[in-house]
Amino acid sequence: MSYSVKVIDHYENPRNVGGFDKDEEGVGTGMVGAPACGDVMKLQIKVGQDGVIEDAKFKTYGCGSAIASSSLVTEWVKGKTVEQALEIKNTQIAEELALPPVKIHCSILAEDAIKAAVADYKKKHSE
Amino acid sequence: MDLTTDFFSLFQLPRAFRIDLGELDARYREIQAQVHPDRYAHAGEGVRRLSMQWATRANEGYLTLKKPLERAKYLLHLAGHDLQAESNTAMAPEFLMEQMEWREAVMEARSGGDHHELEHLHHRLRQDLQGRYEELAALLDDKRDPEAATEQVRRLMFLEKLLLEIDDALASLEDGEMDN
Repeated sequence: MSYSVKVIDHYENPRNVGGFDKDEEGVGTGMVGAPACGDVMKLQIKVGQDGVIEDAKFKTYGCGSAIASSSLVTEWVKGKTVEQALEIKNTQIAEELALPPVKIHCSILAEDAIKAAVADYKKKHSE
Repeated sequence: MDLTTDFFSLFQLPRAFRIDLGELDARYREIQAQVHPDRYAHAGEGVRRLSMQWATRANEGYLTLKKPLERAKYLLHLAGHDLQAESNTAMAPEFLMEQMEWREAVMEARSGGDHHELEHLHHRLRQDLQGRYEELAALLDDKRDPEAATEQVRRLMFLEKLLLEIDDALASLEDGEMDN
């Protein structure tokens, strides 16, 4: 199976690799995993007072498609409000990266990671 | 013989996680001998096709029941429990955190060429796996708790993948040593 040019680009030059302190103000952390491939993804967002995502970081252990999917969504969520970030669909990720059907679950992982990060942020924020 | 029967019936084994692997081997060889295509070389096409279907079914069944993780997945499938291995990405955060740490350790040892550390990780993981499989056997055969068994199988899928990665890292280091 061959990877698309965009997958290879994100895989070779992943954007926003790393992490924030999960206890820091405005940080939301999402951890997800897909048993089918054994991939693990941690995605964090840093949200400003105005509810806009200022920065995002990820750490993914998995195949090229999983790394590319998480790298792409960290780019997409920056500048979005948390509500807008929740609108990101795995189909958009899969389309942008031209993922083959067997790699669709990588895009599901990335969508779920964003949702989990936003949920964590909201939970901390409401406390 | 019935082609639609489940694999446990096919090999005349009880539908359970703890099975006698020696019996599985013996039954598999019996079926193989019965349906071997050479025996039907001169038979009609219908019979030959049927013997081929049986041979395929027996191979598939053998591979499914032989490996503990595949056997557990199959038992849960027969009981109507979906693992949602691709669609459900929610796992306990502590478990996922541990997985991250494991993978980090493997990557570091691999890039540092630390053979000893990889062996150590391999050994630790094998012990962890053994404990989990014992727990899984109890959940499936004694406690009959398919929900908890499903969760354990989902975790084991990560760990078996991790084991492959460690083996792969060890193999790549050994290849490197041979080149030197």
